[in-house]
Amino acid sequence: MIELEYVLFLSAVLFSLGLFGVLARRNAVMILLAIELMLNAVNINLVAFTVYLSPDLLVGIIFAIFIITVAAAELALALAIVLRLYRTRSSVNVDEVNLMRW
Amino acid sequence: MHVGTGASIAFWIMAVVAVVSASGVILLKDIFRAALLLVVSFLSIAGIFVTLNADFIAAVQVLIYAGAISILLIFAILLTRDVQEGNPSNRLKIPGMFMGAVLLTALIVVFVNTEWRLSTEAPLDSTTAALADLLFSNKFVLAFEIASVLLLAAMIGAVVLARGEDE
Repeated sequence: MIELEYVLFLSAVLFSLGLFGVLARRNAVMILLAIELMLNAVNINLVAFTVYLSPDLLVGIIFAIFIITVAAAELALALAIVLRLYRTRSSVNVDEVNLMRW
Repeated sequence: MHVGTGASIAFWIMAVVAVVSASGVILLKDIFRAALLLVVSFLSIAGIFVTLNADFIAAVQVLIYAGAISILLIFAILLTRDVQEGNPSNRLKIPGMFMGAVLLTALIVVFVNTEWRLSTEAPLDSTTAALADLLFSNKFVLAFEIASVLLLAAMIGAVVLARGEDE
C-alpha cells in the first residue's frame, strides 16, 4: 500500500529539482525542460489528491488535463521565441538577453 | 486504496527512476542527453499515474509529454545548440540550490504535519468514462472549448513568432 505522503514527497522532490534547474541554468531550452519537470510534479500532486481524498469527484484529474493543455501551448510559444532569439543573437544564453532589464 | 505489494514495488522503482533521471536532466552537461533523460522521467511519471489508478492521465502523459513535447524540445535543441558549449550554470547556482532545499524542507514538513482526510471509498477501476462524462458536462464544457481556442491561438502565435516579420 502506497501512503499519500510518499507520493507527495516524490512530487516535492521533482518540483525542487525543477526549481533549482530554472534558477541555475543559463541555456533557455534547459530552463524550459526544468519548467516541464515542475509542471509534471504538480500533476502528480493533483492526481494523488484526487485518488486519495475524493476519488468520486475526479476534479483533480480534470485540472491536470487542463494543465497539460496549457503547458503544451506555453512550450510551443516559448520555443518559437527561443528560435527567434537564436536567429537574431546566435545564442540562447539568458544571461546575455538583458534588453528589457533596467 | 486497494493495491497489492506489486503496485507498491512498482511505485518505488518508478519513483527512484523519476528522481534519478530528473537530477540527470538538471545536472548533465550535454543538453541533448538531458532531453533524452527527461523522456525517461516523463515515462516513469506515467507509470506512477498507473500505480495511482489514473489510467487516462497516464495515457495522456505518454502521448503528449513523452511523445509530442519531448520531440518539440529535441527539435529546438538541435536547431539552437552551440557546438559543444555545454550547459554552464550561472552565478545563481548556490542560491538556487539553497532555494530548492528550503522549498523541499518546507513542503515535507507541511506534508508530514497535515492531517489528511483520506477517503474511504475505493478508487474507480477505470477513470476514462467517468472523466468523459464530467469533462463534457455543464461544469467543464466551457473550459474545454476555451482550451481549444487557447491551443489555436498558441499555434498561430508560434507560427508568426518563428517566421518573423522580414519574410
